[in-house]
Amino acid sequence: MTAPISPAHNAEALRRDERRERLLLFGLSLPALIMVLLVILVPVGWLFWLSLFNDEGVLSTYNYSRMLESKSYVRIFKTTFNVSFLTTLICVLIGYPLAYFLSQLSKRWAAIGLIAVLLPFWTSLLVRTYAWLVVLQRKGLINQWGIELGWWETPLRLVHNLNGTLIGMVHIMLPFLVLPLYGSMRSIDFDYLKAAANLGANPTKSFWFVFFPLSLPGLFAGITVVFVLCLGFFVTPAVLGGGKVIMVSMKIETLIDLFFNFGTASALGVVLLVLTLAVLFIAHKLLNLDKVLGSGGGG
Amino acid sequence: MRKLSIRTLAGGILTAAISVAGQSALAGGEVTVASWGGSYQDAQSKALFQPVAEAMGITVKEETYKGIGQVRTKVAAGAVPWDIIDTGSGGGARGCVEGILIDLDYDMIDVSNFVTDTYLSCCVGTIVFATVPAWNTETYGMNGPKSWADFWDVEKFPGSRSIRNKMHGMLEPALMADGVPRDKVYEVLDSEEGINRALDKIRELKPHVAVWWSSGAQHAQLMKDGEVDMTTGWNGRFDVAKADGAKVAYSYNGALQDYDCFAIPKGAANAELAMKVIAEMSKAEHQANIPQYITYGPTNSDAYKTGKIDEALSKNLPSHPDNAKNMLPVNQEWYAKWEKKASEWYQDMMTE
Repeated sequence: MTAPISPAHNAEALRRDERRERLLLFGLSLPALIMVLLVILVPVGWLFWLSLFNDEGVLSTYNYSRMLESKSYVRIFKTTFNVSFLTTLICVLIGYPLAYFLSQLSKRWAAIGLIAVLLPFWTSLLVRTYAWLVVLQRKGLINQWGIELGWWETPLRLVHNLNGTLIGMVHIMLPFLVLPLYGSMRSIDFDYLKAAANLGANPTKSFWFVFFPLSLPGLFAGITVVFVLCLGFFVTPAVLGGGKVIMVSMKIETLIDLFFNFGTASALGVVLLVLTLAVLFIAHKLLNLDKVLGSGGGG
Repeated sequence: MRKLSIRTLAGGILTAAISVAGQSALAGGEVTVASWGGSYQDAQSKALFQPVAEAMGITVKEETYKGIGQVRTKVAAGAVPWDIIDTGSGGGARGCVEGILIDLDYDMIDVSNFVTDTYLSCCVGTIVFATVPAWNTETYGMNGPKSWADFWDVEKFPGSRSIRNKMHGMLEPALMADGVPRDKVYEVLDSEEGINRALDKIRELKPHVAVWWSSGAQHAQLMKDGEVDMTTGWNGRFDVAKADGAKVAYSYNGALQDYDCFAIPKGAANAELAMKVIAEMSKAEHQANIPQYITYGPTNSDAYKTGKIDEALSKNLPSHPDNAKNMLPVNQEWYAKWEKKASEWYQDMMTE
């Protein structure tokens, strides 16, 4: 034993250590913070600045008011949210059972399953999108087989519309839902399920009352990522939508390409960003994400 | 070398020496040209870009782009990757007015024998093309639509349609389908009511539009795949698709006659050499090569005198008098005046 240390002295040293560590952590995260500032905040600020000028370069709210006046802008926003919502919904319906199934497999088989989920990531988005065109079009593989096998007589309209857009987008988005979901399912302690069974819950009950709530953090993380990524989609709806599914990003492209109108294009970007943040905020409040994330995090 | 003799050997050494000297003299002689891709650019590459590169002892690099809008963005950003662009006459006209294309040196580029109205102060014509109604010959045989009215007639010609996702080259056909005579089209179109009349006609066809096409490569592919039964589009693309096995035919009746031209964007790195390349590409001997690969007519009339374009081929070209007489030349003044408004309304109509 050395000489007794006064508690106050000790606390002071601890505080100093803490300050030093905080400074160190701040220093370490500085590159990331600068990155965020440079590639996100500055461009977004600039975007907002551009959106405040009309065609003549005069300060005005024209770019925003025309969005409310023109029905097509409202329709484009509706389409964007509609497509994103449907894509997310389908991803959940397909992805949840898939992730559940994978989480029940032995580690080895699950790894193989995950590789299958990840495989599409290794192919270019553009290639996958055009591949769907070949599969889904009027004289494409699916229609040829369906008609040959006598399942249907007139070709189904699978592409160049909302159907094709959704198929293509779900295909691309599915891994973004499955991966976080699988992660959170894997971390669920199976003793909880055993305990539930012990207390007399049948498998259905123990799934809905124990497993499902514990998987929610992963599910919400996946839903958020998928929904937000969908809002900014361009290539897939442009190729598979046949000009009938016009999303905000496509309108922005037209505004720049056809009209060189950076003002309105920026305003669209700003509105999309604000709406996205609003959706996230509402979802956050409504679903009480913090609580879910907090309680699930330890599971 | 096929036969080895002293003469050919000597000649070979001589040409080799010259070409080496030439290459070193022209080291760094390189221009980048941007065009529309697909079968059109393939044809340009074989007929113009590469032969001209060889003739001048330079390198012509090729890229694909999406039109004058992109040039505008690049010029504004001060980063112009292209020395020469191939644009539609409309894009060229706008580029001249906006000052994003530089004036061409017509002392260097010889347009004395060009077809009338196929060059601008900053854009010199390279081909004459037509926007035509095309149909699937498997669906309708050879008795396809004889006019734009037929194209709109879904009872006489049941089946799916494809039209452009921009108003360019769409409003004129709509008015003709609505009974406006060819020579009155731009007169009627020169008012908001006229434009709305055309848009209403397109609204009528909308339920039958399976695809709104966005590029020439796409409308050719749509016909090749049999995805739609009829489409509007640029004639040459359909001929190439047909040669490639597509069941497609088209009519020049009521077609819109237009031309593509070469221009140099402001701030192009190799503008000086680009001017020489354009001058070379505008010569009759090179222009005569284009119809060999795609059915677009030369803008230099002298191309017909080179003997490279035979009678049968020339009869298929959109610039042939027999075909041209049934067409409507695109009026760039109308586009300059109405393009912005009409484009907005067309987009609104698409999202309805």
